Amino acid sequence: MNLQIATLLGQDGLTNGAIYALLALSILLVFTVTRILLIPLGEFVTFGALTMAAIQMGKLPQLEWLLLGLTCIDCSLDLYQQARSRFNRRKLQGVALKLGYAATLVILVHTLPLAELPMGAQILLTLALIVPLGPIMYRLFFQPLADAPSLVLLIVSIAVHVSMVGTGLLLFGPEGARTKPFSDSGFHLGSVMLKSQTLWVILVSIFLIVTLFIAFERTLYGKALRATAVNRMGARLLGISPVFAGKVTFALAAFIGSASGILIAPITTLYYDSGFIISLKGFVGAIIGGLVSYPLAAIGSVAVGMVEAFSMFWASGYKEIIVFTLIIPFLIWRSMTSHHVEDDE
Amino acid sequence: MKQRYLIIIGLITLFLAPLVLPTFQITLLNYIGLYALVVLGLVLLTGVGGMTSFGQAAFVGLGAYATAYITTTEQLPEWLSWTAGSPWAGLLVGILLTAVVALFLGAVTLKLSGHYLPLGTIAWGISLYYLFGTMSSMGGHTGISGLPSLNIFGISLDKGEKIYYLIWAILMVAIWITSNLLNSREGRAIRALKGGQLMAESMGINTFRSKMVIFLISAIFAALSGWLYAHTQRFVNPTPFGLQMGIDYLFMALIGGAASVWGALLGAGVLTMLKQWLQDFLPLIMGGSGQYETIVLGLLIIFMMQRAPGGLWLILVKLTPVSWRNQHRIKVDTSAADLPRQALPKKGDLLLEARHVTRRFGGLVANNNMSLQLHAGEVLALIGPNGAGKSTMFNQLSAVDSPSDGEVLFLNQSLSNKTSRQVAQMGMSRTFQHVKLLPTMSALENVALGAHMRGKKGVLNALFHLERDEEQRLLKEAQYQLNRVGLGDHLHTEAGSLSLGQQRILEIARALCSDPCVLLLDEPAAGLRHKEKQALAGLLKKLRAEGLAILLVEHDMDFVMNLVDRIVVMEFGEKIAEGLPEEIQTNPAVLEAYLGGAE
Repeated sequence: MNLQIATLLGQDGLTNGAIYALLALSILLVFTVTRILLIPLGEFVTFGALTMAAIQMGKLPQLEWLLLGLTCIDCSLDLYQQARSRFNRRKLQGVALKLGYAATLVILVHTLPLAELPMGAQILLTLALIVPLGPIMYRLFFQPLADAPSLVLLIVSIAVHVSMVGTGLLLFGPEGARTKPFSDSGFHLGSVMLKSQTLWVILVSIFLIVTLFIAFERTLYGKALRATAVNRMGARLLGISPVFAGKVTFALAAFIGSASGILIAPITTLYYDSGFIISLKGFVGAIIGGLVSYPLAAIGSVAVGMVEAFSMFWASGYKEIIVFTLIIPFLIWRSMTSHHVEDDE
Repeated sequence: MKQRYLIIIGLITLFLAPLVLPTFQITLLNYIGLYALVVLGLVLLTGVGGMTSFGQAAFVGLGAYATAYITTTEQLPEWLSWTAGSPWAGLLVGILLTAVVALFLGAVTLKLSGHYLPLGTIAWGISLYYLFGTMSSMGGHTGISGLPSLNIFGISLDKGEKIYYLIWAILMVAIWITSNLLNSREGRAIRALKGGQLMAESMGINTFRSKMVIFLISAIFAALSGWLYAHTQRFVNPTPFGLQMGIDYLFMALIGGAASVWGALLGAGVLTMLKQWLQDFLPLIMGGSGQYETIVLGLLIIFMMQRAPGGLWLILVKLTPVSWRNQHRIKVDTSAADLPRQALPKKGDLLLEARHVTRRFGGLVANNNMSLQLHAGEVLALIGPNGAGKSTMFNQLSAVDSPSDGEVLFLNQSLSNKTSRQVAQMGMSRTFQHVKLLPTMSALENVALGAHMRGKKGVLNALFHLERDEEQRLLKEAQYQLNRVGLGDHLHTEAGSLSLGQQRILEIARALCSDPCVLLLDEPAAGLRHKEKQALAGLLKKLRAEGLAILLVEHDMDFVMNLVDRIVVMEFGEKIAEGLPEEIQTNPAVLEAYLGGAE
């Protein structure tokens, strides 16, 4: 291995590591606030990448129908609930707003010249299609089980993942897709070519991480979510709605997931079922952070990306195995240091 | 009795099935049997133990690949040459390998909170899948073909309808030993895992060991299924051992009903048939040839988790007439020998002592310089207003928590490095402020849990019910303690359907069942009616006369003043008074703490 190869691998590792770090952060966010291990996060990644690819090819992404369909189910549940108590004007407006939003997107997707749109607009459209799926997913699948044991939440999470992979196949077909890079230029660093997309990924990731940090440290809503993460019952008593907290974290997760998908789509070819393994690597990072520590999880994720890139060079066939066995030393360490019997909820 | 007839009818049907059914149906039944064996392990793990694994398919793969490698490789390495390519050696190696992997995975995840086992098994399942696909000695993605068929007593099981009998016989034995295990001392310990591990540990149960036992059993069932699969198919490749299949196994357990051994069979059958049907039907309406059945199955699982978490088996049970339902009553043999009792210490001996115990939580000092002594043959009450730090003190005394400063001595041994389990084994037993019972288990079984430490027979004996003798002695003891506390009419009542007061008394019976010399009671009289309180006071007086040392935390002053020998009063984490009941009643500091200052 010479310096040139090492830089190339390092570049790959850093790019992937940045994505894993983003995913690990949203996994932690969702887990601490709702106790849910969000296995379907990877599907937001593939949905993001494949929708973007479809838009760039001028094809209908089909995702708009999923959004409309799920919105309709969501709204009819809302209406049913209201019919049993009393109709509330604000809630009715909410239903109208949600339906209007989904319908507008369907019309937009079907009338706009998708392929000719500037890339910024394509990205916005993709995010607009996917992000609402997060809160809807929470509402339909997890909200009725908010008080269930965490084992049940995990099982439902897996079931949602399984369904979403199947839906991905139905919507996007079995072919893989790759999108155009954000910009074509490259940079020379000595004899090594730096791909501009690498810089995009790293910069956007850092930007998102910093923004999230500020949002959580400085805003009232951020503090409310953190309070929910620390003590759910206490937060509830202070008037922070767990449903609201759940929906917001799922929206954030859907946003981070699909943004990650859009970011890496120009670098790797993604298929409808690629998301799982990507999100699992985010989980490896989150486990290294002990499912609680954000900075540790971020560092762990970058390490995962690096190990992955370099094992590609030395033992490409065993790449995945090496990455997943990374968690073992951390599990051993945590087992050794935990004394007290934990009473699971 | 009716259940027995059903089983006999079922067995006869199973026996006759290959004689009448076409080959395709037999193949399907073989698959269902193979799956059910794996799912049975998951029932034990998920439904009973409250844990879960997505790596069962990988254990199946380990069992299948072990035998495939041994029976087809022409030049086995030196250290495997003893196997001589025999499928039976393949079975042995597969099970040993699986046990080693399961022990390792269990060792690194089972002490941690419940999320690490599923995540760890996902990583393990994926790794093994890639490993099989990459290693050329394992045939890579093309797999290994040409496995020999099994041979039993000279009969070659080379056709589906022949190996059918072996598969189903093994499955039936597995169901039998699993039921045996659950209905035993070790099984109660396993069932206690779901009711809070703190309670189980306080009854002297090693919860880590119990978890490991069921994880190991479920892994070995899976490996056994893999061995059968390999010799049924006579071909192995990585696909059926991937994570997807691991998820399917879990889905089978959930659909069938993870709490019952029969749910395993039902789930494996229903999901296999449903998948077949969906694979035929869905492409007709959706076009293409994708695996669209996963969408439907995923949604089905979500729906079931939301609406019927008990699975189909529970629904079926609810549909049957009440008289049909298994009125499962454990029989207690009153002629069984009594369990040996420990000699109680001499009256007046110092048993439990707190020396200058201080416990800080960050800046909050919950206990400050607390000292107290408990002697054999006395009842000591720890009282104080709400928030005085009584519960924290209780936790220090029972080794659930350890003091920041000072120490607790029990039988002249420091508790600083002891767990609540070790303390229970030394002879301290306790009840809980918030009742911790297993609501679906009978009162008798709940109380028998307390006698866990007094039995010796382990898992192997339990699997084949070779410990019935000891079991009867344990149950007889449980019955004796229930009678003693006045719950003799409720032996077979589900603990969850007793009144709160009765549940508290049940906890005392459970604590007594462990033959303790020190009894710690956390608010035993709360929720009791007047008569029940009188009976409880009578019982505690009797126990005191026998020489037990009893410490109770209690708010009911009438109850305390008429019963106890000495009282320790706490306020703001400190001891403000100690003495005889009459002294405490007139102590100005106590009056001020309870009633407020005079000024």
